[in-house]
Amino acid sequence: MQEPWQPACETGLLQLRARMLASIREFFAGRQVLEVETPLLSLTAGTDPQLDFFTTEYCLPPQSQTLFLQTSPEFAMKRLLASGSGSIYQICKAFRNGESGRYHNPEFTLLEWYRVAFSLDQLMDECAELCWVLFAGELLQSVEKLSYQTIFQRYTGLDALEFCYEDYNRYTQQNGFAEASAICRDNHSLWLDFIFSHAVQPNFAGSVLTMIHGYPACLSSLARYNPADGRVTERFELFIGGIELGNGYHELLDPVEQNRRFEHEIRQRHDHGRSVPVKDTRLLAALRHGMPACSGVAIGLDRLLMLLSNSDHISKVIAFPINTA
Amino acid sequence: MATYSTNEFKGGLKVMLEGDPCAIIENEYVKPGKGQAFNRVKIRNLKTGRVIERTFKSGESLEGADVTDIEMQYLYNDGEFRHFMVPDTFEQYQADPKTVGDAVNWLKDQNMCTVTLWNGEPLSVTPSNFVELTIVETDPGVRGDTSGGGGKPATLETGAVVRVPLFVQTGEVVKVDTRTGEYVSRVKE
Repeated sequence: MQEPWQPACETGLLQLRARMLASIREFFAGRQVLEVETPLLSLTAGTDPQLDFFTTEYCLPPQSQTLFLQTSPEFAMKRLLASGSGSIYQICKAFRNGESGRYHNPEFTLLEWYRVAFSLDQLMDECAELCWVLFAGELLQSVEKLSYQTIFQRYTGLDALEFCYEDYNRYTQQNGFAEASAICRDNHSLWLDFIFSHAVQPNFAGSVLTMIHGYPACLSSLARYNPADGRVTERFELFIGGIELGNGYHELLDPVEQNRRFEHEIRQRHDHGRSVPVKDTRLLAALRHGMPACSGVAIGLDRLLMLLSNSDHISKVIAFPINTA
Repeated sequence: MATYSTNEFKGGLKVMLEGDPCAIIENEYVKPGKGQAFNRVKIRNLKTGRVIERTFKSGESLEGADVTDIEMQYLYNDGEFRHFMVPDTFEQYQADPKTVGDAVNWLKDQNMCTVTLWNGEPLSVTPSNFVELTIVETDPGVRGDTSGGGGKPATLETGAVVRVPLFVQTGEVVKVDTRTGEYVSRVKE
């Protein structure tokens, strides 16, 4: 049998990817945002309760040390911000173990950037501007900014911020998702993940850049709480059609609160039997030193390429997806 | 039986769901960036033929179903059951009308078909994609007609009725696509 050595995507897609990367670099160069690199291989990893990481052994005989492949470059980029780098961006690979499907490859390309002194709203506007440049007037017709509570209410009639088991259960029973109650039980964030991904997200129009902000506090780990309403955080997500492209925060600056969330998430991971990472004490030290107020966002570039090329599977835009890597 | 995790759900995998044997048709991984991963799965109930969609939390598992497809020869109808035989072993199986379902329209003595067994008992019968059957009754057609357009009903030896071109006559053998129930061509004896 012949070894399948050929790339999974067409040459045209390699060219499209190269043009996209050039446009992004031009966009940020024009705005004096500095391109940086941070390690993919690191002593610590994110504590996000729903992300699994790859580990590897760093051998320097007779010593051996477990290192983590990064699920995002966030912590290292924040250490740069605390050191006075100013606004920065990075295009890099990120790794998430066990994620594979139409929109997921366990190794993928991220664009992540941080804007010093930007509010979340300013960063959302910059995301929209970047998308306009990349789509060059095609495909995208408009931009819509909506709160999580508003969009949830619009498509389900439910209140996302006040958990009411009876209402949530009735809604899913009546809309063909009877299995939801057995999966979600009394876990508010699970219910939100279930209903949002099954009954809200699929309604987003393909020609609209939809930005959802004001995420319920139970769904956000590194965003600030909204000073006016403690039930929501200063987090947003962007979508084109039903495809989730990115996630942004008005970044948390308080090292004590950051440490509390680390501990909380590590406990959650431990309780759910997931592997427990090493807490990033260097990030905490950087926050203690002081990080300037900033907003940051990460966008999945492979999914962006799927949209730009109208591809129906992530493996069609990656030269060597995991099954032929 | 082994159990299968959502990661192993591939088209064609047979699993047990709420006591019924089912076949996975499609499996879509759904994961909000920072949230719980789910698998939205399209499943066919092999007893009823119904297709449903069901969401699982990623990592959940289902028990495998002991379901196998075996090529068998259709033997005869005893009035209550249809009888089938595995040619190599001469092993025989009987299936009631509910199990045979619509396949009854295409079963001709001696023809091969696929019998799906669940725990060793017939669960469903699938005819070959194409069967050749004799027309037992159709209106006399008009000479010179071509196969395009029109057509007329024809009753086949199994009792099934298909639309055939006007030039096809009683006593002729026709090839039929059993998946659509449509006439394909005449068969020269």
